[in-house]
Amino acid sequence: MHAAHQDGSDPGSRDGPPGDPLIRSGQPGTPQASSPGSAGAASDKADGTGEPRPEGRRSVFEPADIGRALTRIAHEILERTNGAGDVVLLGIPTRGVPLAHRLAVRIEQVEGHPVPAGSLDITMYRDDLRLRPARALGHTAVPAAGIDGRIVVLVDDVLYSGRTVRAALDALGDIGRPRAVQLAVLVDRGHRELPVRPDYVGKNLPTSQREVVRVLLTEVDGEDAVLLSDSPGVPGIPGGGRAGR
Amino acid sequence: MNRHLISAGDLSKDDALLILDTADELAQTAARPIKKLPTLRGRTVVNLFFEDSTRTRISFEAAAKRLSADVINFSAKGSSVAKGESLKDTAMTLEAMGADAVVIRHSASGAPHRLAGWVRGSVVNAGDGSHEHPTQALLDAFTMRRRLGRLGGLRVVIVGDVLHSRVARSNVLLLSTLGAEVTLVGPPTLLPVAVGAWPCEVSYDLDAALPKSDVVMMLRVQQERMNAAYFPSVREYSRRYGLDAARMGMLPEHAIVMHPGPMNRGVEIAAEVADSARSTIVEQVANGVSVRMAVLYLLLGGSEAQS
Repeated sequence: MHAAHQDGSDPGSRDGPPGDPLIRSGQPGTPQASSPGSAGAASDKADGTGEPRPEGRRSVFEPADIGRALTRIAHEILERTNGAGDVVLLGIPTRGVPLAHRLAVRIEQVEGHPVPAGSLDITMYRDDLRLRPARALGHTAVPAAGIDGRIVVLVDDVLYSGRTVRAALDALGDIGRPRAVQLAVLVDRGHRELPVRPDYVGKNLPTSQREVVRVLLTEVDGEDAVLLSDSPGVPGIPGGGRAGR
Repeated sequence: MNRHLISAGDLSKDDALLILDTADELAQTAARPIKKLPTLRGRTVVNLFFEDSTRTRISFEAAAKRLSADVINFSAKGSSVAKGESLKDTAMTLEAMGADAVVIRHSASGAPHRLAGWVRGSVVNAGDGSHEHPTQALLDAFTMRRRLGRLGGLRVVIVGDVLHSRVARSNVLLLSTLGAEVTLVGPPTLLPVAVGAWPCEVSYDLDAALPKSDVVMMLRVQQERMNAAYFPSVREYSRRYGLDAARMGMLPEHAIVMHPGPMNRGVEIAAEVADSARSTIVEQVANGVSVRMAVLYLLLGGSEAQS
């Protein structure tokens, strides 16, 4: 069961252009920009089960894998925080938000008490704002109880450069003072540019910087998938293929 | 979006909705212990005010400061303008100081447009003569959407001194872009000659317009711009076009009363109406900061090379 907890505010509806998640997963531009033939040559052998997709993207994490990984992370959070009594889950838009809500549902199923989940938009705290035209803001919804003195678990889909997490830490500091901040990600694709380390990882995915990792979630995209494709950075945009994470 | 914000008519529906959605998010900042975002750190915003203003100047200043921009306030009084410096020379000075955005209010219609041709930064029109005041229209639309939940199909009545009102012109342009139905009501002498070409209805009868309106926006009678007698007496104006408690009673249950300020209590709006629960006048001021933050963010927050 995918516990497809539908967030009433539909995190996707308020977000930027459809290309945004792609850009933040590492590649500014459309997936069609990749040369079709090169995808098969991707050196990544982490997951041999990947089925080819028409756009030259390979699925590297099946829907059932995503569900299992989230269940495991939920249990890890419970272990590490002694029952998640004072945990607040904050998803980073767009796709961190449904992940945070899914984790909250799973924790409640195990422990029997609800865990507050919300969203934290980090757009205004990004360090690459001046590289491209102003972006639309995501939605921030901090649970009513606030974050002061609590353990905040930041939730995101892909961990890449670590810059998003750096921005999220700054954003948190303006909202309150958590007792501790932890990080949960569905996919850690490596290539950190900042000293950031996740506490909970769904899947470690060795990638090259040329590749693009894209997470799809039912709540936003209509299906659950993690896709990997090979694509050169788009020339002319500073930061090339690593604008976001 | 354009690099400048000169006229509400320059905004497409998508632009306008982007500003309103952004303002919705930024409004949350006001409820936080730290009401500040680091987004415009290192950017300079110049408030260039050639005309008196309280709320607009303070609002822009608060908006820029909440985004961590450096703010330079410039008012014509006590500056070289009093010594006869021209707008262009003033603009050159600002340019030399490296202003990333200039917020200008001027008594001459078209001054922001001229300024936009002289400076490299973004120009935001904070009111030019009787021409336009786009951020006021944006905050009015923002307030309507917050109170009533929508803008499309909303029936908005704008009452009073339309002739001298930059607020009315900007509101008509913006609200029609956003799908609201605007009716202008006022004495014929206070409606512009070309009003027939505006995307709105015109009426001279306030009592007929009130029962089917969702929003009533009262305009200030701008005595300082009146160089002739536009109506026989203030008392007669107030009788026919002022909003008092009896007239407010004719409004539908959900309707709201707006006023861009400053109010002439007892002329266009009665004190009991201004202080009633339907009145959004104080809310409009608070919303002004959020909307201006959104405008400054969208103009200055991204890359510079987008002209």
